[in-house]
Amino acid sequence: MGAGNEHRRGGRSNQMAILAGRTTRVLVQGITGREAATFTVESIRYGTNIVAGVTPGKGGTKIYDVPVFDTVSKALREQPCDTTVISVPPQAVRDAAWEALDAGIRLLVIVTERIPRCDVVAILEYAKERVARVIGPNSLGVISPHQCRIGMCGGSVEAIRKAYSPGSVGIISRSGGMMTEIASLLTQAGIGQTSCVSTGGDPIIGSTFADLLPLYEADAETKALVLFCEPGGTMEEKLAEHLAKNPSRLGLVAFIAGRFTDRMQGVRFGHAGAIVEGTRGSPWGKVAALRKVGILIAEKLSRIPGLVRVTLNERRP
Amino acid sequence: MRIVEFEAKSLLKKQGIRVPSSYRVTSPKEARTAATKMGGPVAIKAQIPMGRRLQAGGVGFAETPEETAIAASKLLGSKVLGFPVEQVLVEEKLKGKAEVFLGVTYDTDSRSAVLLGSRSGGTDVESASSAVTRTFSVRFSLPGLLAREVAEALGFTDQESESLARLAITLVKCFLAWDALLLELNPLVMDSRGKWTALDVHLELDDDAAYRQKELQTQFPVSIKFSEARSDFEREAARIDSLDHRGVAGRLVPFEGNLGLLIGGGGASLTTMDAILNVGLKPANYCEIGGNPSVRKIQELTKLILSQPQVDGLAVIMNVVSNTRVDLVARGVIKGVLELGFDPCQIIVAFRVPGSWEQEGQAILSHYGIKFWGRETSIDEVVDRIRWQS
Repeated sequence: MGAGNEHRRGGRSNQMAILAGRTTRVLVQGITGREAATFTVESIRYGTNIVAGVTPGKGGTKIYDVPVFDTVSKALREQPCDTTVISVPPQAVRDAAWEALDAGIRLLVIVTERIPRCDVVAILEYAKERVARVIGPNSLGVISPHQCRIGMCGGSVEAIRKAYSPGSVGIISRSGGMMTEIASLLTQAGIGQTSCVSTGGDPIIGSTFADLLPLYEADAETKALVLFCEPGGTMEEKLAEHLAKNPSRLGLVAFIAGRFTDRMQGVRFGHAGAIVEGTRGSPWGKVAALRKVGILIAEKLSRIPGLVRVTLNERRP
Repeated sequence: MRIVEFEAKSLLKKQGIRVPSSYRVTSPKEARTAATKMGGPVAIKAQIPMGRRLQAGGVGFAETPEETAIAASKLLGSKVLGFPVEQVLVEEKLKGKAEVFLGVTYDTDSRSAVLLGSRSGGTDVESASSAVTRTFSVRFSLPGLLAREVAEALGFTDQESESLARLAITLVKCFLAWDALLLELNPLVMDSRGKWTALDVHLELDDDAAYRQKELQTQFPVSIKFSEARSDFEREAARIDSLDHRGVAGRLVPFEGNLGLLIGGGGASLTTMDAILNVGLKPANYCEIGGNPSVRKIQELTKLILSQPQVDGLAVIMNVVSNTRVDLVARGVIKGVLELGFDPCQIIVAFRVPGSWEQEGQAILSHYGIKFWGRETSIDEVVDRIRWQS
């Protein structure tokens, strides 16, 4: 029996999670869009507390019993929310995010992809002023198994239940699809998850590994953390710098995908952020940086559960 | 999209930034005429959408019209950094009393827009120790005080500093107004009268903002042509991707091997490529599918990958899918394989796509005697089990 299962037996009364929990009140901006409507109904079936939606011009209607409002501030007047999922067309994201931030929402999960870079930076600037957190853009969302799913990671309720299970391991992934793959690997090995975050694959994102790590550190339930890394950017290097100064109590396991891109500089593979320029963003550089601070590197995807178990056993009292 | 030098310079000129006088020519004869008209030493520059042209042999220098014609004939019709040189810029060669680098871009670490300046121009400015860096708000553009600080930090005073600061402000305004990802003047030289001239420009625009830059786009037809000119293989993949709006079935990058790959999405494609190369298999291509592509897209993509003469196997591998339907992928692959007259059981060496509608997908595959790998077997384990040699 895996450590996760054992933990699960230990009672759920004080079950915690990061970012998304049982009591999180969620707003969906762009709720009447095809994709948003689909993930909204599946999220509700999963137990997520989606309390309102926004689509300009569709105020007063309902979708899957969720009241729809014309603006965020109108929605908040009747249905206070702490979190919003933004799933509107790229050209509308800047305004949608401004509305949410202006109304005082503290957590924005942006699933839309292909947003102009300038708009992303403007949103992050304003979010900083409002002391709000942004996940994404181009994120599949956040999930705390059996509690709450914000966004669309994992798909339908049946698919989520098959892949994700509650437990003591967090996942942060630069790829939404691979987050579900890793959760599925862990679940099959009997290792459950606390909360899983899809950071989004863009070069500039609201929350990086180093930004999210402290949340897991503060969550008593989380014992280990799995990171799915890709070429490009300096997110992994920054995490290593952070860990060199602030050692973590968590067992850390990382998988670095796209190592072949070292031989193919300047060509973009996968996500927009996955591009190697000179030595910057090199996957081998990331492996070295993470290894140096004691993170276990999974040379193969299938080795992740085994390594996680090693770190969990080391941490057993 | 990367903008070719002469088109970028013409954009800057309209904003009041000085550039050297030049002629764009397509033959050595025209190059000689241009040099004669300018009457001094010139630079001959290949017009391709790439930086580092000097190191790659894409820039020549000449003192006389004869030398200019020779330099132009060497470049025209050749390939520099993989791009065909169809036109060159014959440009007056300026020498200044000071040379700097000035650039604007986005910094992924600070997640903000940043102005970079350096006293030493050149191609490795980012790593130069003398570099001056200032982040600024995209909502306020570049404040005058910040611009003057940068100019002074670079060692200029009075009028020189003032004119450089003004130029930096213009540069940032252009950067924001054009939705650029990179706008860099390198080098930027100051003449004896304290006037600044941009000798080279690197301009990269944000493709994701193209929808709101329609008017600007009419001003760089050559750059657009370059960005559309890809291999037949990639062009065909893009055509397949545009068949309908459902899912992504494009972004093919050709490799030299014999194993065709139908893989996805972004992270899983990277993971699969590593696994394939680790066991010594030779991929024929990289690709990314996802977002629930239609049967037709998968079918056409399968045909495109298998129709390359060197390909004699196909591996279909994805992460646990939640949006994409396994049965549609299976159906598309089988249809494509059959249409080309292959035996599905022979040519499909691996099919690992777990997730939604997987039972239906598995049924389709088993009908053709193909083994379906589910979530119990991870991506690298499936690749390890590919027992196939051509």
